[in-house]
Amino acid sequence: MAVEEPLKHGEKPTQPTERSWHETVLQTLKRNQVDLVPYVPDRVLTPLIQSLHCDAFFTTFATAREEEAVGILAGAWMGGRRGALLMQTSGFATLANVLASLVVPCQIPLIMFVSERGTLGEFNYGQSLVCRTMRPVLDSLAMEHHTMTRLDELEFIVDRSIKQAVATQAPVALILSPLLTGGKVFEAGASS
Amino acid sequence: MTHPTRNTKLMNRFDLTCRLVGKLKQAEAVIGGIGNTNFDLWAAGQRPQNFYMLGSMGLACPIALGVALAQPRRRVFALEGDGSLLMQLGCLATIATLAPKNLAIIVMDNGIYQITGSQPTPARNSDIVAIAAGCGIAASHWAADEEDFDRLVDHALQAAAPVLIAVRIDDKPGVGATRRDPAQIRERFMQGLGVRQPI
Repeated sequence: MAVEEPLKHGEKPTQPTERSWHETVLQTLKRNQVDLVPYVPDRVLTPLIQSLHCDAFFTTFATAREEEAVGILAGAWMGGRRGALLMQTSGFATLANVLASLVVPCQIPLIMFVSERGTLGEFNYGQSLVCRTMRPVLDSLAMEHHTMTRLDELEFIVDRSIKQAVATQAPVALILSPLLTGGKVFEAGASS
Repeated sequence: MTHPTRNTKLMNRFDLTCRLVGKLKQAEAVIGGIGNTNFDLWAAGQRPQNFYMLGSMGLACPIALGVALAQPRRRVFALEGDGSLLMQLGCLATIATLAPKNLAIIVMDNGIYQITGSQPTPARNSDIVAIAAGCGIAASHWAADEEDFDRLVDHALQAAAPVLIAVRIDDKPGVGATRRDPAQIRERFMQGLGVRQPI
């Protein structure tokens, strides 16, 4: 029996036959007719963003701010089109006003994917602080949110959460934990 | 309130809003920005295709962009104040890049935060049209007077690229007062866009 090398910091166990987290997210969006995907980029989200750009089913583009993308998705929903926003923890931290003054009172089923920075090996103190604001904001508005840590639960959580958001006309935040994605780890010479 | 080196006529928001609404014959969507912009849209005659934004300052253009992307055959207007647009200038670059054929932006520029006590905006000497053109919205124009505004709106109703019309307005407050019922405003708008049927 081969001895398994212990995982290094930042490494993820890989099984060649297993679908990646980003492929699972893409397929689940598609299955739920979620085809408009604005984003403010993040290193961890990059493979998902790339595969969305490569798939003609999706209209995906960068916005200048996360708040702007929320406005776009609110307008699109009212016009009959489903979408989802991709961003990082620090981007979510800019959204309290738009969530409280547009999304929640207008009952917009906003679907948000948040790549979680600031925990499980964070190297930037500011990121770790901003991360602590995220769940209190979500809880203070009584917004549904799930932290996704396991590949075997990912499809179920994403699929059911999209369906619940639409059925109940309520927003949801789907937090992509470093336990799922590998997160971002410190590299010599890398910044922020 | 001074506007040096400008030759555009000082017009009135409610009058211009009435002129716009009077030209809408194809169930065009209109997103009214926060405050006086949507108060005057409300007062100009309520339409099911109007969305009145009660918070989220600066998001009239992004919301209009979302509607335009969802319904490419319907023309969509965003009505926004200059102070509000300043909150979200980046959206002009996004709109220029996506270049929806059915989106028009009307910026009501009085150089002040009228509703909070008429404080001057930091951009009272900035040129909104130059900013929009610099972002890549080539069809960005100042309306010289009411007649010019009418002409520019007629053009926007036929355009095949995003349009921005900036108008210099006076410091008069809004004429009406939007009923602050966000869920009902949203539902009625969706019905107006044909997305929902009344229950």
